[in-house]
Order: sequence, then C-alpha cells, then structure tokens
Amino acid sequence: MTSHQPLPRWADLVVLPIVNLAVALLAAGFMVWLVGQNPLEVITVLVHGAFGTQRGLSYTLYYATTFVFTGLAVAVAFHGGLFNIGGEGQAILGGLGTGLVALWLAASLPAWLMLPLMLLVGALFGMVWAAVPAYLQAYRGSHVVITTIMFNFLASSLLVYLLVNHLKVPGNMSVESASFAASAKLPSMHTFMQWLGVEWPNSPLNTSVFLALLAAVGVYFLLWHTRLGYDLRATGSSARAAEYAGINPKHQVIFAMGVSGALAGMVGMNEIAGVNGRLMLEYVSGAGFTGIAVSLMGRSHPFGIVLASILFGALFQGGAEVSFEVRGFSRDMVVMLQGFIVLFSGAMAYVLAPAVAWAVGLVRGGASTAKGAAHG
Amino acid sequence: MDEAMIGSLIASTLRVSTPLILCALAGLLSERSGVIDIGLEGKMLFAAFAAGAAGVAFGSTMAALLIAMGTTVCLSWLHGLACVSHRGDQVVSGVAINIIAVGMTAVLGIAWFAQGGQTPAVSGDVRMQSMMPGVVAALEGVPVVGNILGQGFLSHNVMVYLALALVPAVWWLLFRTRFGLRLRAVGENAHMVDAAGVSVARMRYAALTLNGLLCGLAGSYLVLAQNASFVPNMTAGRGFMALAAMIFGKWHPVGALWACLLFGFLDAVAIRLQGVRLPGIGEVPVQAIQALPYLLTVILLAGFIGRTVAPQALGRPYLKER
Repeated sequence: MTSHQPLPRWADLVVLPIVNLAVALLAAGFMVWLVGQNPLEVITVLVHGAFGTQRGLSYTLYYATTFVFTGLAVAVAFHGGLFNIGGEGQAILGGLGTGLVALWLAASLPAWLMLPLMLLVGALFGMVWAAVPAYLQAYRGSHVVITTIMFNFLASSLLVYLLVNHLKVPGNMSVESASFAASAKLPSMHTFMQWLGVEWPNSPLNTSVFLALLAAVGVYFLLWHTRLGYDLRATGSSARAAEYAGINPKHQVIFAMGVSGALAGMVGMNEIAGVNGRLMLEYVSGAGFTGIAVSLMGRSHPFGIVLASILFGALFQGGAEVSFEVRGFSRDMVVMLQGFIVLFSGAMAYVLAPAVAWAVGLVRGGASTAKGAAHG
Repeated sequence: MDEAMIGSLIASTLRVSTPLILCALAGLLSERSGVIDIGLEGKMLFAAFAAGAAGVAFGSTMAALLIAMGTTVCLSWLHGLACVSHRGDQVVSGVAINIIAVGMTAVLGIAWFAQGGQTPAVSGDVRMQSMMPGVVAALEGVPVVGNILGQGFLSHNVMVYLALALVPAVWWLLFRTRFGLRLRAVGENAHMVDAAGVSVARMRYAALTLNGLLCGLAGSYLVLAQNASFVPNMTAGRGFMALAAMIFGKWHPVGALWACLLFGFLDAVAIRLQGVRLPGIGEVPVQAIQALPYLLTVILLAGFIGRTVAPQALGRPYLKER
C-alpha cells in the first residue's frame, strides 16, 4: 500500500470520477457481452428508448425526479459526515405521510391548500424517521448506519401493516388504499403543458419534477450559502474542529439527518401524489439505494446529482425498453450497473488514483514528475 | 398447545435460524477484526445462486458447496481489496456488494436458465436430507420424546448441526487461540498489533476469508436444504437480520446464537399466529412480530437494555506509517 501523490484539483474533480464511471460501465458492458448480447446494440436501444421519443423522455424524467430526492438526501447527510442508508425507509414514511393526509383531508380541502400540506406532512414524516436514528447516534451512541438499516425494515413492516389492516378497501383483492379525492392529485406534465398550450404525451411525469429542481437549488443554497450549511459541512469535515469553533456536533447530526430524511420523504409527492393517487405497496422499490449511487456519481453536489439522476432515469427507462426489444435482457442489468457504480465510484474510488496520477504526470511532463520524486 | 405443535415449532425455529447463525458468525469474524460487513445479504444471495447453478450443472452437493464458498470468498476479498488494501469506505463497499448481488444473480439466472431468473430445482440427491431418519422413525409414537426430541431436534439435515457446532468452534478460535487473540486485537487497536509485528492487513484478510466461507455455507443452505431452487432475491433480508443478531448478541458467538434462535423463533411463531387471538392481547399483527427483531436491535443499540460495545477499531481503515 503506497500513499499516492495528491492529484491536481481538476483531475480529482473531473478525470478520476470519469475514469471510475468508465470502469463501472466497462464492467457492465463485459457482463452484457458475457451473457451473449451485443453491448452496442443494447446501448443504442437504451439511448433511443430513454431520449428518442417525447414519451421515453417523460419516463426518464419521471424516474429521475425520485432519484433527485433520494440522491440529495444521501448527499446532505454525507456533507454532515453521515452515511444515510435509510433513504428507502424515509421515502416510504414520506409517501405514507403524503398519502394519509390526502386520504384524511382531500375530500374537504381545495388543491391549493391540499398539495402543500401533503408535501409538508410527507417531508415531516421522512424527517422524523431520520431524526430518530440521528438522535440515537448523537445522544445514545448507536451507529446511524445500523439503526437506519433497521428503520428501513420497520418502515416497510409499518406500511404493510397499515395497508393490510386499516387502509385496504374491503372486498378489494389488491393491497392498496382508496383513491384520493381530486384535490390531492398533483397535475401531470400532460395537464400542465396543456395549460401552456403545448402538446405533451401522457406519462407518469408530473409537476413534482419542478419540486425536485427546486429542492436541488435549495440544497445548494443551504449548504454553500447559509450559516446552517456551513456548520453542517464543518461538522462533516471535522467534528472536533467544529466543536472547537463553537458548533454543537450533536445538533448537526440531527439537523443533517432531518434535512436528509425530509428530502427522501418528498419522494411521496412524485410517486403517491403525482402518479398513483393512492397508497400502495412498493412505491419506493429500491430508489433509496439508487440514491446512494446517484450521490456518489454526482460527487454529492446538487448539480452533479441532477445529472446523475437523469442518467439513472435514462438507464431505468431505457433498460425497460431494451428488455422488450432484446431477448434475455432484463432491467436487473441496470441494478447491477448501479452496484458497479457504487463499488467503483464509491468504495474503490481511489484505487485507480495512483494510475491517474501517473497519467497526469505524463501529460504535464517533467516538472511535476520531478516534484513527485522529491515528495517520494 | 400440544406437543406435536411444540415439536414442529422447535423444528422450524432451528431450520429458520441455521442460515442466520452461519451468517451472523461470518459477520462476527469480520467485525471482530475491525471490518464492517454490511454485505452479508449480498454474499448470501450470491452463494445461494452459485449453489443452485452448480447443483444443477454438476449434480453434486460437494461441488455446489465448494463453488458457493469460492464465490463468497472472492467477494470477501473484493471487500478487502476496497477497504483493507485501499482504505475505501467499508459501508459503501458492503452496499455495493448487496446491489450487485441482486442485479447480477438475476442477470446470470435469466441468461443461463431462461426461467425468469430462477434456477431449475436441484435433484433430490443433491439436496441435503435429514441426517438421522432412522432415529426419528424409531422415536415416532413415543409420547413427548417422539415429537419434541424426534421431530423437533433430530429431524434435521447436517447443515443445521454444523451451524450449531460452529458456534463453540468460532468461540474457541476467537478466545482460546493465538490467531483469535490477534484477530480481536486487530479489531480493537490495529496500531498495537502492528507494533507487535503482526500484519494488520493479513489478519483482516484472514478474517474476511473465514467470513466468506461461512457466508457461502449460509447461502447454500437456502438452496440445498430449504428451497429446492434459487429464486431472485431469495435472501429477503436474512443477511441484515443476521447482522442485527450479531449486534444483538454483542459481537459474541454465543450471544449471536441466542439472538439467531430468538429471531428464528419469532419468525416461526409469526406464521402460526396469523389470525389467532391471544387471551388478553387480542390479535397480534404478523408484521409486528416480524418487525420485532429489528426493533429489539435498535433498542439494544441505544443502550436501553444492557450495553453493547462494538470493537474499538470497527470501520477504521489502518494506514501503516512510513
């Protein structure tokens, strides 16, 4: 094990992530080839399916919306020095909050009051579900990673229990709640574009995509342009230094996880308020974990996360198209690629750093090599 | 409750607990050496797939077991490469293994067997059969003994007894051998071990190798003993439950055994209590019983019942100073 030379900033921020992503893509391409398919054909169909038609693009952006929320959730916690593996559970709770308030009040409240309320309650539910593990880490010393894993299981048990025992419509076979009243339905992109006089195909894409963009901008301002965000990032880079500077790290743990959980909780606005219009099982189905890959790929920056979300949205949508067109291909391939990205861009992010440093040294010529030698 | 029911409850508790015990011991060895292992779930899933595929392809129990264990040892080494050699984040690496497992086993399953990700059922002689059917048959009809001892304790396959035997074996390895002392020391204070002239990386790789072997056994059990074929995502959270059991057992083999048996018992009870009204409590929702292991672990970790102390150096990569 050698301590590698520090990379120049541009190489660390741009070259290394691209190299890592390329390795992950190559590994997935190799698997595609291994199971007897043509990677080029798969990519062509995938790109066309994801971006080639207005409808495909709509689906891509619909998936991306959810990933922006969960990706931001992971990133905010990460800036606070925490690994929030519980996005899945927080998103479930968020959807539950969104749905419960809709079932309860939508019949009597107008949409302009109902929709903000659903957003608020969803975010609040997610926030609480993240704040409990945060509290336990800050004040009782249990590790947030383990607790949030447990909270994922508790969340899905709670959802199943509520749906099966209380919310399910009697006499109905499928495990889902009654449909919400009309005021609790977030306008779809189709409807929204109609107001503007633009033709847009029917798809699950809805106006929560704007909410996701707002959330990304909001997280950017919170983290880099407010005192709260500064405190959070200071705690993340060094809890002891932050404490010496008068920041209470325990409060920061709860604040970071609370914001993180609230963001994950907003998934409900897309999946429950925007698409399904009722509570059901499986509306998160792994998006919390995709958020980890998204955040790692986007290097925990809101702009990067939006781009990475669109990439993952495209993979999910395009992957679905490929599974129709190419025999023997399934969307599990996309899940696998997601895993490779977490592995190469996350866990093994610096394995290739010495090689990149060497290549950078070659490009920059003798001066930096001499400097490197002086270091060694 | 009659004795036939007690017998079957004991039997299913042991059956459900076996993969948990194997997996919890695997996690314990890794974490005692200071390497967090969130990837138990994924490794178990890989092992189940490998055992199913190899069992069908070679028609041999031994081949299935060896290939499953080989696969998981490689995965453990990958974890080691990322976190021990290159000081990557141990939790992220574990998460990666879990996600890759879900995707890759389904991809390969579909490509190789074309049954929607499932493998064909392994044949009867590859599957593990009850170890002492003669004894169980002989005891049948004997009051109490027949049901409880025969059906409950003696009707199992060899893996169940192996898992139970591995608990004292791992205890002995960890607490009564020089290797175990060093392994635990690496997990508590890696610098000290390094100063004593023992390679930290080598100890952690050794622990991860044992971890891989045990995960391989746990995953194979699902296919070779419980279910006849591999089904996508068949581990269904067992790896995480084993992780919880290991923590609940306070990173100690015997504690982990009791936790696994408790969780297995809750699982066995949950199915039987469906729709049953208990006196004084009323109907207990199945989900509540199924969620209990996770809830108990959270409460324990928070220090409300007893105190758990994780290995000191858990999650800290070791950088040898130059």
